[in-house]
Amino acid sequence: MAGLITMDDLTNEQIINILDDATRLLPVAKGELYLPLLQGRILGNLFFEPSTRTRMSFETAMKRLGGNVVNLGDVKNSSVVKGETLFDTIQMVDGYTDIIAMRHPRQGAAQYAQDSARVPIMNGGDGAGHHPTQTMLDLFTIRQAHGTLEGLKVVLAGDLRYGRTVHSLSHALTRFGCELVLASPNLLKMPEEIVSDLREHGANVVETEDLLGSINDADVVYMTRIQKERFADEDEYARCAGAYKLHADHLSEVKSEMIIMHPLPRVDEIHASVDSTRHACYFNQAFNGVVARMALICYLLEVAVPMDVESQGGVI
Amino acid sequence: MSNEHSMRRVTAIRNGTVIDHIPSGQALRVLEMLGIGGKSSVPVSLVMNVPSKKMGAKDIIKVEDRELTQTELDRLALVAPDAHVAIIRAYSVAEKLTINLGSEVSNVVRCTFSNCITTNLREPLPHRLKVISRDPLHIRCHYCGRPQDLDELIKNVL
Repeated sequence: MAGLITMDDLTNEQIINILDDATRLLPVAKGELYLPLLQGRILGNLFFEPSTRTRMSFETAMKRLGGNVVNLGDVKNSSVVKGETLFDTIQMVDGYTDIIAMRHPRQGAAQYAQDSARVPIMNGGDGAGHHPTQTMLDLFTIRQAHGTLEGLKVVLAGDLRYGRTVHSLSHALTRFGCELVLASPNLLKMPEEIVSDLREHGANVVETEDLLGSINDADVVYMTRIQKERFADEDEYARCAGAYKLHADHLSEVKSEMIIMHPLPRVDEIHASVDSTRHACYFNQAFNGVVARMALICYLLEVAVPMDVESQGGVI
Repeated sequence: MSNEHSMRRVTAIRNGTVIDHIPSGQALRVLEMLGIGGKSSVPVSLVMNVPSKKMGAKDIIKVEDRELTQTELDRLALVAPDAHVAIIRAYSVAEKLTINLGSEVSNVVRCTFSNCITTNLREPLPHRLKVISRDPLHIRCHYCGRPQDLDELIKNVL
C-alpha cells in the first residue's frame, strides 16, 4: 500500500481533499468529539533520531481516532545498535502494525522502507531530504489563515540548505502557484538542484540574504532555526544568525493578515515579543500537526472521514 | 572520411569486442567504467575523435580476447548509451549486442551521496538510479533523490 514519502506522492486534488478532511476533524483533534474511525488499527512509530512534535502528534492523532500506537523507543535500546538493517527492522514492524511513521538520519530511508514494506510509510523526515507530513500541516495552517493556497507570497528564511521542512514545502507551494522568496545566509542557501527544480516547474523564486527587506509584502514568513554547528567559527555564526531574527519591532509595516510560521523548536530566531502579535502562528501550526496527521492516516488507510463529523462523533 | 577508412586506424582483431560510436572524447571514461585499465592483461586499441558521418566525431575501442557481459553493457549504457557493440570471433562479427539505457539502472552503480541509506552495504535492496533524461544525461538516486555526477558514479561501479 502506498505511503507518503515526498509531496510528489500526492496530486494537488488529493492534498486539498486531505486538508478538507482535516478541517472537518478539528473538533476531534481538540478532544471535543470522540470519533473512533481508526479503532483496531495500530500505528508503528519508528523514530531513529530525536523528535518531539512529530512523534507526539502522530501518536495523538492515532489515539484521538481510537487507534493504538507501538513505539520503537530509544534507538540505543533497540536491535538497531546490534547492527540490524533497516530492511529487517521494517519487516518486523510491518508485521506488527497497519501503518508506520518514520524518521531516520539517512536520506532516502523512507523510500527504502516503503520498498521493503507492505503497509504505508509516512516519512517524518529522512536526513536533509523530505518531511512531507510537516508540509501537510504547514499547508493546512496557511489555508486556515488565508482561505487559499493559491498565489500567495511566501518568504522561507534561515537554514534552507539543511532544513528538510522547507525543501518539501517549497515544492508544494510551487505547485499552488505561490511566489517564493528564499532568504538565507550564503552558506545555508537552498540546494541548487532544488532551486532549479522549482524554476523548471514554473516557480517565481527570488534568492536573497535580506530577510527584513522581504517581509513587508509577504503573506507568510516561514522561519527556520540556524544551527551553530553549521559554521566554522562563532563570529561568522553570530553575524549570520543575527540577520535572521524577527522581533515585534520589525513588523510595523507588514500586511495585517501576514502569518509567521516555524516548525519549532525555535532558539533565538523569533523573539518572544512576536508571540503576542496577531502574526504569530507557530503554536497553532504545531497543534495542526495532530489534525493534519489524523486526516493523512485516514487517507492512507482508505478510511473515509464522514462529511458530517459533528453528527457522527460522540461526546467524550 | 568513410567509416571503413577510420576503422583502419587500428588493426582488425581476431577475437574480442569492438565498441563503436562512442561519443567523442568518452573512450577513456568507457574503459574506466568497464574496469579496463593499465593493469589489464588483454590488448586494447583505442582511437579518439575520428570523423563520423552520423556523429561528427566519435571514439572506438577494440578489446581483444574478451567478450562484454550483460553487466558490462549495463555500465556502458551510462557513458555511451548509443554505442554499437560487436562481438568478434575469427575476424568476423559473430554477434551485435544492444545497449539499453532504460528509465532505471538497477544494481550497476551505487549512489554517490555519502548520507544515502544505500551506503550501508548490508542493506539488501538493489541499488537503483532513475534516468530523468538521456541527453543531457540526468540521473537521480531512487531512494535519496540526489542528482548523480557521472565522474563520481564511475568510482561507484558495483
